[in-house]
Amino acid sequence: MSEAGAQVGSPPLAVDVGKEPGRWRDYAVAAGFLAPALILLFVWIVYPTIRTAVRSFFSADGSKFVWFDNYRSIFTSDFIVTAIKNNAIWIGVVPALVTGIGLVFAVLVERVRFSVSFKLIVFMPMAISLFAAGVIWRIMDQKEPDRGAVNAGIAVVKDAVSPAGVLSQALPSTPQLAGGPGQGLVLQVPLHPGDVARLGLTGIPPEDLPQSPVQAVDPTPVSGGISGVVWRDFKPGGGKPGKVEQDEYGLPGVQVELQDTNGKKVESATTEPNGTFTFDSVQPGVYHAAIGAGTFAKPFEGVSWLGPKLITPALIIAYIWVWAGFSMVVIAAGLAAIPRDVLEAARTDGANEWQVFRRVTVPLLAPVLTVVFVTMLINVLKVFDIVLAIAPDSVQDDANVIALAMWRVSFGGVNDFGLGSALAMFLFILVLPVLLLNIRRFKREA
Amino acid sequence: MTAIEADAHTYENGTQETVASRIVRFLSTTPVYIALIVIGFLWLIPTIGLLLTSLMAPADFSSMGWWKVLSKPSLATWQNYDHLFHNGPLTHSLWVTAQIALGATVLPILAGALAAYAFAWLDFPGRDWLFIFVVALLVVPLQMALIPIFSLYNTLGIFDTVLSLVLFHTAFGLPFSIFLLRNFFIGIPKDILESARIDGASEIRIFTRLIIPLGLPAIASLAIFQFLWTWNDLIVALTFARDTQPITVAIFNQLTEFGSNIEIIAPAAFVSLALPLVVFLAFQRYFVQGMLAGSVK
Repeated sequence: MSEAGAQVGSPPLAVDVGKEPGRWRDYAVAAGFLAPALILLFVWIVYPTIRTAVRSFFSADGSKFVWFDNYRSIFTSDFIVTAIKNNAIWIGVVPALVTGIGLVFAVLVERVRFSVSFKLIVFMPMAISLFAAGVIWRIMDQKEPDRGAVNAGIAVVKDAVSPAGVLSQALPSTPQLAGGPGQGLVLQVPLHPGDVARLGLTGIPPEDLPQSPVQAVDPTPVSGGISGVVWRDFKPGGGKPGKVEQDEYGLPGVQVELQDTNGKKVESATTEPNGTFTFDSVQPGVYHAAIGAGTFAKPFEGVSWLGPKLITPALIIAYIWVWAGFSMVVIAAGLAAIPRDVLEAARTDGANEWQVFRRVTVPLLAPVLTVVFVTMLINVLKVFDIVLAIAPDSVQDDANVIALAMWRVSFGGVNDFGLGSALAMFLFILVLPVLLLNIRRFKREA
Repeated sequence: MTAIEADAHTYENGTQETVASRIVRFLSTTPVYIALIVIGFLWLIPTIGLLLTSLMAPADFSSMGWWKVLSKPSLATWQNYDHLFHNGPLTHSLWVTAQIALGATVLPILAGALAAYAFAWLDFPGRDWLFIFVVALLVVPLQMALIPIFSLYNTLGIFDTVLSLVLFHTAFGLPFSIFLLRNFFIGIPKDILESARIDGASEIRIFTRLIIPLGLPAIASLAIFQFLWTWNDLIVALTFARDTQPITVAIFNQLTEFGSNIEIIAPAAFVSLALPLVVFLAFQRYFVQGMLAGSVK
């Protein structure tokens, strides 16, 4: 019996009696208590671990001893190399982010009255399977902004900053108007104050017209200013190009620019429902009227989160959504355990809140932060479900991670148990340092 | 350390606080309030999104975002759920999930509690080393076992059964179970056990009459953990189940046609997370305790 065991308090009766039969009977009782667990652990964890280690040196069907060939394939086959690279991104980004976000949330929530509800909301995804969370985010990440909520959110922000233009395309109706939707259209006729600019457009898709279009109005000259009209220079039957006629509609919301002879924008205006616009007071000189390219700015088409380029960031966002709550709750418990008087002492010594946080709170929290970080490190190494759930089949090679590669090699149709075992070993070797760390920690505690 | 609930009112005990200092505090915390409300709202959106998607007719899903349901509640329909609960294979997989989760919750606790008792209160050679060994198994990735157990199940002919899944989960739940329970049991006052032993109670009697009742808080934490973990499992079931598939695998099999069958996927996913969510909300205190006691996994 070991020393440590004596300290934890083993029953004195069992030791004191000292009679051989009694002691053996005690051992037998202990063995009886341990047997179910040890059998299960041996058959389902210990034996398979040894078996997998051995198997990793054999060929796909297990018939041939191939030394380190399987391990070599890990670093030579493209899709596994991608998986390792992706896993490296996960390891580099996720544990730090999750720990950081958890720390920020825990510190913020400590000060507010509704902290319970907030913690509950952020922690909730932990109860959901990573797989169901994946399904959720697959819906969130749809590309079209009118279906995928993430892109819808981006679209709202983007439209506020640079709104989409009113027209998707148009052609000039007369040669005097030069250019195209890409760079904007410039009226070649030089304008002086008091002149009128007629900017006729054709080739406008019907859906770009306002719902109840208004008859275009031929502008009246303004003394000392420049007036004009932007209209759809077309009516059923044709009409005469360059002339505002009955049944030709004004184009509202078009950005008209007044440019000087160098093509520099002097002023801009937006057209009325009847297509007219006015620059009231213009310095004497020569000008050009132009329709800005912004009029033809394309609406936000949506970020392709589920495409090959952004799939890993999309997965990481979903993963953080799930795990931030774990980190927050563990760190909050750590915060609650910090003695108040330590913080108060720092404050009375004249430290400001940031210094208290940076110099007192964080160092005191270091053990907790380490636990969260290491836990996330292990979790991230084994990430699997969320990739299967979010990444569409076509991009799974781009989103691949080690655990997924291991599963697909072994059970996804190829059935290469040799390479699969080597990949499992690879994962095992990666968590081995944590295992040794744990052993050391528990040896100290035991 | 009841985490989520703890510390909520730390700042409310300042009863002698002056009006001025209250105003100052209010002003300095307002940005924090706003930030937290925004974050909380953002955190809720995805789950609400799934719920609303699951209530949409399939034709609507392909043409508009789920948030349209908020402004036009008439778009919502129970039709998808109605179909789901009349879908034989899917309801069957819910039943399978329940069986697996139940079995894989009870067994590791039972076997774990027995072993934990031995580690905490019985005397045998090499006890501490054996315990450290068991705890070391905590971080062994279950990928290490998939291939050999796959072969073993085929040899034994128990592939694709509820039992085979339960046993796998049990084994991988055991290290955590033993670790958590042993640490809890060891905190039980020594006198109680000794007086029971002096009274001549057998170890198994002490275990059932004393340890289990006293250990209930820890057992509750563990049960919730284990239940959520096995209910939510995908990789084990994906490997060892074909026809006896739990709900996660059933949804997974639908995912390849994502978009064309969202009316099955969304409600099924929501049903699959509804029960864990209820369990979590009802017992979150135990859940958090367990997590804090052993955030090593």
